[in-house]
Amino acid sequence: MQASKFIVCEHCDVVYQRADLARKQTALCVRCGAELYRGPTMQLQTMLALVVTSLVVFVIANVYPLVAMDMHGVENHSTLLGAIGAAWNTGVGSIAVLAALTVFLFPLTQILLLGYLLGSLLILHRKPFGFIDIMHALRLMRPWSMVEVFLIGALVAVVKIAGMAEVHAEPGLYALGVLTFLLTVVNAFDLRLLWDARERLPE
Amino acid sequence: MTFRTASDMGLLPCEACGLVCRDEASVSAPCCPRCEAPLHRRKHDSVRRSWAFLIAAALLYIPANALPIMHTQTLLYNQQNTILGGIRVLWQEGSWDLALIVFIASICVPILKIVALTVLLISSRRQSRWARRGRARLYRLLEFVGQWSMLDIFVVALLVSLVDFHTVAEVHAGPGAVAFGAVVVLTMLASMSFDPRLIWDESPTVSTS
Repeated sequence: MQASKFIVCEHCDVVYQRADLARKQTALCVRCGAELYRGPTMQLQTMLALVVTSLVVFVIANVYPLVAMDMHGVENHSTLLGAIGAAWNTGVGSIAVLAALTVFLFPLTQILLLGYLLGSLLILHRKPFGFIDIMHALRLMRPWSMVEVFLIGALVAVVKIAGMAEVHAEPGLYALGVLTFLLTVVNAFDLRLLWDARERLPE
Repeated sequence: MTFRTASDMGLLPCEACGLVCRDEASVSAPCCPRCEAPLHRRKHDSVRRSWAFLIAAALLYIPANALPIMHTQTLLYNQQNTILGGIRVLWQEGSWDLALIVFIASICVPILKIVALTVLLISSRRQSRWARRGRARLYRLLEFVGQWSMLDIFVVALLVSLVDFHTVAEVHAGPGAVAFGAVVVLTMLASMSFDPRLIWDESPTVSTS
């Protein structure tokens, strides 16, 4: 039932024959201009290293406060989870849930699952348990992971308060900046490469 | 230049993992042999679901802008801000660059998404040949900018947690924020439900399944 020499444009259904690309080359659909696939971008090993780094930075970004605010000698620190908890406590539960999912739970799950898949394929040379379900979960979570939006949101919040009290950025905010960069690279990763990597393994 | 589509060639690409399968008419509910996802020629019930999410988003867009998203309470003043009001405050305080970012993310992006998806849905329903490449590009733009309208929601969540000095200064989230969050999620679901292949389909037989 398979026809793997073909590639079909996801955006307009035109069929092409797959050709090998050089590094940094991208195959575009002639009819609609959408991206079909890319040439070899990154070794899976590099990807694993990036995922592990993301996990470390994710922990730092969540442990340290993002911003501190000083008003008449009283200081308030705000961590990511603290912000989510405060939104929950003030009665806007839906916003708290939205933020918890898109800035905390989805990115963390993405990092952990990708790390598990890559680690098991590359280090243990074993087909990961639950591979198919994890791949579906990764694909569905991708558009809902919004660390980069939250970063800009934090900057806007700092400026808004600046008129009211003294605010300054804390280590968590810098870590969040690094995490945004790392996750952008991780999210650009073509998940189809993992299917190929799994098929290359012997039974 | 003529193009051969997967539907013409009897191929069925898997939306989930990209595997190209053969479309066997004998199988009533085909599944991808690699990832077990159900295979559809076009996204299942694409147009109807897209319209439903879009209409819900458009309706909620009204309270999202009319109701305050934030109450600011200090010893000196008590202020309620709508989305547009918040942008005005940023502008007046001199941070025109951030005001511009918030304006684009909270006002332009949601309007763009609602208008553009309406155009895409109507034109593909009519099987219009008008500016197909442009419409395809418009859809890709929608997918790219979708999540950025969440910006204001995150700003409110952070302000609520930071500005919490009992009675001296407090910020609370308003009902507009909840409505706006719903608009963002609904417009994202609407553009995900839309199948861009409908822009190019000519024969009505393909779009039925």
